[in-house]
Amino acid sequence: MARSTGKDAQALFHSLRSAYAATPTTLKIIDLYVGFAVFTALIQVVYMAIVGSFPFNSFLSGVLSCVGTAVLAVCLRIQVNKDNKEFKDLPPERAFADFVLCNLVLHLVIMNFLG
Amino acid sequence: MIFSGIALEALSGVVSLASSEIDQFMIGAVKNDIVKLFDSVEKYDDGTFYFDEKLVNMREQQGPLATTSSVVRGLTAFSSVITESLNLTGDKILGIAKFFLGIGIPGDTKNFFDQVDSLACLENNRVSIPLILSLPSTVISLTKKDSLKVKVNTVLGSHAPPLTVTLVRAFSSSARDNSIIENQELKFDPQDAVYFLDDLPASFDVGEYIFVFKMLVQDSEQQTVYATGTLTQVPIYVTGLIKIENAKIAVLDSDLGSVETQKKLDLAGESTVSVSANHLQKLRLSFQMSTPLGNAFKPHQAFLRLRHETKVEHTFVVGSSGKKFEITLDFLGLVEKFFYLSGRYDIQLTVGDAVMENSLLRDIGYVELDLPEPPENASRPPPQPVDPYTRYGPKAEITHIFRAPEKRPPQELSLAFLVLTILPLFGFIIGLLRLGVNLKNFPTSAVPATFAVIFHLGIAAVLLLYVLFWLKLDLFTTLKTLCFLGVFLMVVGHRTLSHLASASAKLKSA
Repeated sequence: MARSTGKDAQALFHSLRSAYAATPTTLKIIDLYVGFAVFTALIQVVYMAIVGSFPFNSFLSGVLSCVGTAVLAVCLRIQVNKDNKEFKDLPPERAFADFVLCNLVLHLVIMNFLG
Repeated sequence: MIFSGIALEALSGVVSLASSEIDQFMIGAVKNDIVKLFDSVEKYDDGTFYFDEKLVNMREQQGPLATTSSVVRGLTAFSSVITESLNLTGDKILGIAKFFLGIGIPGDTKNFFDQVDSLACLENNRVSIPLILSLPSTVISLTKKDSLKVKVNTVLGSHAPPLTVTLVRAFSSSARDNSIIENQELKFDPQDAVYFLDDLPASFDVGEYIFVFKMLVQDSEQQTVYATGTLTQVPIYVTGLIKIENAKIAVLDSDLGSVETQKKLDLAGESTVSVSANHLQKLRLSFQMSTPLGNAFKPHQAFLRLRHETKVEHTFVVGSSGKKFEITLDFLGLVEKFFYLSGRYDIQLTVGDAVMENSLLRDIGYVELDLPEPPENASRPPPQPVDPYTRYGPKAEITHIFRAPEKRPPQELSLAFLVLTILPLFGFIIGLLRLGVNLKNFPTSAVPATFAVIFHLGIAAVLLLYVLFWLKLDLFTTLKTLCFLGVFLMVVGHRTLSHLASASAKLKSA
């Protein structure tokens, strides 16, 4: 039983990997960026768990900057993905420009809140 | 009543204008009315007479001064124009004169005018001229050997006719039946225009007396012209030096009553004494007082006051028997009254009376008092009044207690985590390289390349601005700079990206 589920899991994993290899590079870059942002957020949460949340605003701004930028990256991925029918007419450069602008606004707010 | 006065004035004006034609019967009727009017005169206890309105529902309530002055004016005006005399007793006129003299100086100008005008009418009126007996001084000092002086004048101070002034009786206010002087005629000093009595009998001791005077006009024909009244009572104070002698202060043992320390006090001088006592002992102060004639004298005030260093005070009355004055403070019973406060108590003696020329209030020394410790439930001494100016002095210093700072993690840990946080960035870059990110699409030709470079630089500049903002700038300067940078970036970015877009479109179409 366990072995079959283990093998099923392995099979699932392999299929996921192969499917993922087919995605275009741009999307992979965006995915990598999202992963990086989330990972940074996780490290900050671990740090707060260790030392306590004294400058709470700083902690929040750090975590939220990572999460915010991850969210924006996800939005960019959606807009750039050619398989998405809704955003067919949106040029990817436009989406990227929006991404850059939103990131800049987010980081301004974050820097203000950082204290 | 005020109108009756005005009516009389008016009537007298009419009569003076047409004196021969007036019917005497009518004048007689008016005279009767005047007599009836004076029957309603009111009287104070001190013998002054006045008129006051009975009806209260007048629009303006005139006081007794205005009413009386109106009646006086009318009366004097009318009596000056008729030939016969009015049938009024001089006592009432004298009483009214005393009323005007007794009210002092009225505050109102109208009242003042009424007062002075009425006195001027009474000065020379045809009914009867009141004569006032007054004393320039009602205090006779035995030490200065004053003599009794009496003045008799009209109401406005003019000279009176020759009179005989007799001191009918003089008696002490405490012993009214026993009159010391009887029927002594006063001599007249024409220079000062006073009647005086030179030598008081030797039996006059200090104290309060009442002198009763009577005056009589010497010329019998003039006696109806002037109103002298019957008897005039005047309170007189006879003052003198009271002898205080044999003053002693002693500390006694409570049980046996034996004298432990005794010191003589010099109450007339400035010296002070100091004694010490504990709660088992008594303090006794004694002295003797006598009048210049050697009689016993009981002063109005004889107090002993003990004041502690903390300004807590206790006052005791010095009792007397005959000439001897003595007070004994038994500290055993007074321990609780003194709030168990030990220490130095200033002793202050007060002896005073109105007829005593040498009243004294003196600090005669201090007593060191040793009292036991207060028990748990002893009453605290009452709080003493604080000097009101201390509230303007410096206040107590306030030390601000800052909030204890939060526990910060050790610096090494923070630095370690800083490094740890930067690591994912490197991971990202390494991942990018592994994915084989292509920089091929980076435009190589001059103008778009510049724009692309500037675009990247612009983004870097904005991020640098954010770092500066965190480090030291404030929001306003940041926003101002951001405006400029943002506009610049948008222009450049638009150029670059549109170039890229057109390039990819060309690629797609191609």
